[in-house]
Amino acid sequence: MAEMVKKATRESFGEAITALAETNPNVVVLDADLAEATKTGIFKKKYPERFIDCGIAECNMIGIAAGLATCGKVPFAASFAMFSAGRAFEQVRNSVAYPHLNVKIVGSHAGISVGEDGATHQCCEDIALMRSIPGMVILNPADHYEMLAAVKAAAEHVGPVYIRLGRLAVESFNNNDDFQFEIGKGITLRDGKDITIIATGLMVGEAVKAVKALEEAGIDARLIDMHTIKPLDQELVLKAAKETGHIVTVEEHTVMGGLGEAVASYLSEVCPTPVTKIGVNDVFGHSGPAVDLLKEFGLSAENIEATVKKVLGK
Amino acid sequence: MNAQERKDLAVTAAQVRLGILEGVYNAKSGHPGGSLSAADIFTYLYFKEMNIDPKDPKNPNRDRFVLSKGHCAPGWYSTLAQRGYFDKAELQKLRHIGAMLQGHPDMKGTPGVDMSSGSLGQGISAAVGMALAGKLDNKDYRVYTLLGDGESEEGQVWEACMFAGHHKLDNLCVILDYNGLQIDGPISEVGGPEPFDKKFEAFGFEVMTVCGNDFEDLEKAFNAAKACKGKPFAIIAKTTKGKGVSFMENQVGWHGKAPNGEQYEAAKKELTESLEVLQNG
Repeated sequence: MAEMVKKATRESFGEAITALAETNPNVVVLDADLAEATKTGIFKKKYPERFIDCGIAECNMIGIAAGLATCGKVPFAASFAMFSAGRAFEQVRNSVAYPHLNVKIVGSHAGISVGEDGATHQCCEDIALMRSIPGMVILNPADHYEMLAAVKAAAEHVGPVYIRLGRLAVESFNNNDDFQFEIGKGITLRDGKDITIIATGLMVGEAVKAVKALEEAGIDARLIDMHTIKPLDQELVLKAAKETGHIVTVEEHTVMGGLGEAVASYLSEVCPTPVTKIGVNDVFGHSGPAVDLLKEFGLSAENIEATVKKVLGK
Repeated sequence: MNAQERKDLAVTAAQVRLGILEGVYNAKSGHPGGSLSAADIFTYLYFKEMNIDPKDPKNPNRDRFVLSKGHCAPGWYSTLAQRGYFDKAELQKLRHIGAMLQGHPDMKGTPGVDMSSGSLGQGISAAVGMALAGKLDNKDYRVYTLLGDGESEEGQVWEACMFAGHHKLDNLCVILDYNGLQIDGPISEVGGPEPFDKKFEAFGFEVMTVCGNDFEDLEKAFNAAKACKGKPFAIIAKTTKGKGVSFMENQVGWHGKAPNGEQYEAAKKELTESLEVLQNG
């Protein structure tokens, strides 16, 4: 078993692209004046000649990445999610996704856990935006080991990929020896028959804590770590719906257009199942310590536990 | 440039213009004005300037072209067909369901199209990325991009120029199709993007202003661009929107409208006569 690591997924990302560059000479990294924050600075230190700082101009950065990709490069273009997926949405759609170019778009500091910077930087819409684009793969890894594997898989996948990075340090739980990562295949972290919790990104760690508390309360909850939002692992979702009935989704993202809606929308057509969505409920965030904000917005182990109990009438 | 060469280019440009007319008329939509203004630039690029091979359109060492003003696809398509990238019959199917030639350039299915474009301001960034890739790989290919004067009202254009100047991308040549008109009227009245020379210079470009409908002028400019080291190059090409079809020339209304049957016949007659004069001249 690999060691338990407590690390922010942005840090794991920085390490992963740096390792990747050793074996793949086509990998280049672009940033928009946030190398210290997105952790592309780790790559920059080792491969300065393959690091391109585009300055504070994210739309141009995405276009440059597209141009590089037409010439055989594998560009990872990073900024805060608000800017790489938000501001540059149309460049991602038209310059990257429409021609299906091999660009990896990286959104760090996603969600409410940006904390003190406040609502302007707390991007809770990136997954919805990226989901709406044909051919886009969306990866939202939950811990160190999953991020390492996701970056490798993203580089091997030919076509556009959006990778979401978190700011907060998270304890690893995918450090078991049989851990396998495949794009589009969710990971069942705990089997269970009473209910299924499907979580993604930072919320998986909270859900791990929640299922332990639920177990102590006599509730046998299944937990799925859905690192790939698109393409959704429909098989795993359907199996869970059939075997456990009610599903609770958890994401650090608006409940509109994210994981919860992807799950609910799929199930409504093939196997109507009640889906309770935990996420940001159509409001902007505000400044404050990240941990406090997560609690306030119900993005916590306690709220997951309470929601499951309420759903099950316990 | 000798007289024969000049004549050959003029004949080709006249054929390109006829292809533009065919495409837009059969599509019943599209952008004739800017396609016609840039027809001589397209012709010069594909028949004189660029290191390309229509039989090997993906050669990694080829020169690249990005049509940043993607709506002028009819002009590019007509040139590519004339140059032998695909059958000229494709022009008749422009914008039709199932056609290879989309309303705006689609690199996935069109030989010779190095980058999809159409959303203004974005093509130039991709061209900058291609030029950067050339530098990273120590290749000596050149990258050309055609920018609209109205398009330069997009902020992304100047983000791209800042990057190109800062990184001294001397393998990049930006051509501005300076026809002075955009959809809502003259550029000086709508968005006010002028002056162009000072802007490009401020962003680190070497600049030359020429007539974009004159092959000798274009030759001077493209040769100067190739000779320029340590800076990207901007050719400000003064053109006439709708060039070659008298009733379309300098008319805002012909930016994005197809001719009706009568107008098509009149335009075809005028362009065919010009072609015949050139061929017999």
